[in-house]
Amino acid sequence: MTFLLAAAQNADAPTLAAQNVAFGIIAALMIYAAVRLVTTDNVVHAAVHLVLVLAGAAAQFILLGAEFIAITQVLVYIGAIVVLFLFGIMLTKAPMSGEEKLSRDNWMLGGATGLVLLGLLGYALIDSFGGDRLPADLMPTDTRAVSDAIFGTYLVPFEIISLLLLAALVGAIVIARRD
Amino acid sequence: MLLNQFLLLAAVLFCIGVYGVISRRNGVMVLMSIELILNSVNLNLVAFSAMTGAVSGQVFALFVIAVAAAEVGVGLAIVLAIFRTYRSVDLDQVDLMKG
Repeated sequence: MTFLLAAAQNADAPTLAAQNVAFGIIAALMIYAAVRLVTTDNVVHAAVHLVLVLAGAAAQFILLGAEFIAITQVLVYIGAIVVLFLFGIMLTKAPMSGEEKLSRDNWMLGGATGLVLLGLLGYALIDSFGGDRLPADLMPTDTRAVSDAIFGTYLVPFEIISLLLLAALVGAIVIARRD
Repeated sequence: MLLNQFLLLAAVLFCIGVYGVISRRNGVMVLMSIELILNSVNLNLVAFSAMTGAVSGQVFALFVIAVAAAEVGVGLAIVLAIFRTYRSVDLDQVDLMKG
């Protein structure tokens, strides 16, 4: 339980305490929304809870000083992917109310798998990163540094990603086209 | 802030996503759970980037976001094709290739 002790001793500086409180609130909101996302019987409610989780993740990115990732998260995930999901829900005429069950009958097995996985991951994380702290003077990352890395070190992967996006979108049109 | 608090949050979200992929019957819901998993990985990458001060983690988080967008496009197209064929998005009914 060194992890909990280290967390308790963390309240040394007021900014850090405020950051920890913000983290706790956002994390609780994200976990609640994620649980509702996988348990609700209404598809549209699930999409709304997905928006909550993604917005919470964007807030965590800002807390970690990654502004550009947070903005991209809001633009791409909340702006584009959730709209795509809503169109998918509408096109597949999924029931708007909970008249049809969305989960399998043997959801207990899935729950057991998730819990075992969580136990293993949690043990491994606490064992290996027990009290590691983020730097106390965490400054927002310079977006210039991110763009330098994308268009310098990672130029070839970037081009491959753009080709992948093109191929995926052409493939999506081909698969979904009526013929 | 501890590094572990972000990693454990990501682990919780990942496990909830795995549960959703296993236990959901609706194809769209399975895709949403996959988004949850990819998002938790992003949280890990950015947390390690903040820990080490290197921007590589953030660049890879951007790549994951792009791949997630591509995956959702193709995934929803497949769900749409399944819906046209079976008149339903219930993945339990899609058993054509079952031995």
